[in-house]
Amino acid sequence: MSSIGTGYDLSVTTFSPDGRVFQIEYAAKAVDNSGTVVAIRCKDGIVMGVEKLISSKMMLPGSNRRIHAVHRHSGMAVAGLAADGRQIVARAKSEATNYESTYGEPIPVKELAERVASYVHLCTLYWWLRPFGSGVILGGYDRDGPQLYMVEPSGVSYRYFGAAIGKGRQAAKTEIEKLKLSEMTCRQGVIEVAKIIYGVHDEAKDKAFELEMSWVCDKSNRQHQKVPDDLLEEAKAAAKAALEEMDAD
Amino acid sequence: VTNSAPSMINLIGSESDSQRTLYPYVTGTSVVGIKYKDGILLAADMGGSYGSTLRYKTVERLKTVGKHSIIGASGEISDFQEIMRNLDELILYDNMWDDGNSLGPKEVHNYLTRMMYNRRNKFNPLWNSLVLGGVKNGQKYLGTVSMIGVHYEDNHVATGFGNHLARPLLRDEWHADMTFEEGVKLLEKCMRVLLYRDRSAVNKLQIAKITEEGVTISQPYALKTFWNFSAFQNPTAGAEGSW
Repeated sequence: MSSIGTGYDLSVTTFSPDGRVFQIEYAAKAVDNSGTVVAIRCKDGIVMGVEKLISSKMMLPGSNRRIHAVHRHSGMAVAGLAADGRQIVARAKSEATNYESTYGEPIPVKELAERVASYVHLCTLYWWLRPFGSGVILGGYDRDGPQLYMVEPSGVSYRYFGAAIGKGRQAAKTEIEKLKLSEMTCRQGVIEVAKIIYGVHDEAKDKAFELEMSWVCDKSNRQHQKVPDDLLEEAKAAAKAALEEMDAD
Repeated sequence: VTNSAPSMINLIGSESDSQRTLYPYVTGTSVVGIKYKDGILLAADMGGSYGSTLRYKTVERLKTVGKHSIIGASGEISDFQEIMRNLDELILYDNMWDDGNSLGPKEVHNYLTRMMYNRRNKFNPLWNSLVLGGVKNGQKYLGTVSMIGVHYEDNHVATGFGNHLARPLLRDEWHADMTFEEGVKLLEKCMRVLLYRDRSAVNKLQIAKITEEGVTISQPYALKTFWNFSAFQNPTAGAEGSW
């Protein structure tokens, strides 16, 4: 839904006559143009995956991390402008350590999501600040079980069973809705997320990509960590096989 | 520059003096550490003295630091708890990089030295003597830091009374590549002497072991002591009427 906001889109402190803040919508466009990020909540944890589009053959595999640990029990996958995303992650880490320092227990995921959303929203309130050009998906495991939150550049944050941002989000969301998440374990979830990302990757428009995945689940001792190499390879193989099946049809 | 400028406050302060550490309150006594064949062994009792009272008897003075190190502390227990807060945050940030690297015992020892020395320079020390031991990539490391920032490494270290009572024993009987059993026997000998002669020692100790595989801190246990010396039989034999 694109429209020209001539005159009303110059500042984040200006509303248009139909009640929109165009600068925030433009910020969201930066997120929409980035590589797909998919995250699902399985019955025993969270799985997150990122389609890392490789801009140059000179880049070392494993560099340009898109998923960051925010605390022992939670991680954040970033889409959109990488530098903006780094700021959001830094703020989240700071909030998490501060909370634990004050209250003696790891920050509840809900509280962390609220603080991150509040910070992102803050940057949409002043004309001398620009909105963040990145959205984040926050996955964590606390006393209330595994939880998944998404924070958009507008500062809006919701809790999800499954979420996707970036280029292939529409197709990804359709695939996620087909999954029976409440019955799935994270081990199965890793395979499914890999399949989705390989599925939504556009071979024609974009060149190569690297799959980065992480999880927080009972198996990982409720700690956020990269998906173990052997499981990652298994997932990639299953995803490639599923693609070939689709092509054969 | 007025007297309220930050740099002057600690020099002349009256109300700011109440913020500085002047003397310790709840203290732990000696920690003894040795290198052995597979890694490091640390021993410390579980006592927290409140002056001359043996007030707390389940104080864990040996703690794990990350994957590769263990720390033992004597001195003010609350300052040790503060040091552990700092170390836990340091290890957390190190882990969050998730880049395959981790802080080893040498790095942690250096960090502790900086912490202790900088506090000493502000005339507000953390009132502890620390022992830091660990193994990383096959390299064994054992070091110590005092409350004024004096630091060194050696094959065997101790804090407090341990320096006077345990280290002479270690100088005589320690040798390279001791087995685990030999190491524990030697540490128990040191701890027994400390138990007899250090009035702030309690008979409840833990031994911590760190190897390339990981850390084990033992369950608390007590040492056997021997009081059957002939001089203790009929002690007033030579001086009737005394007790």
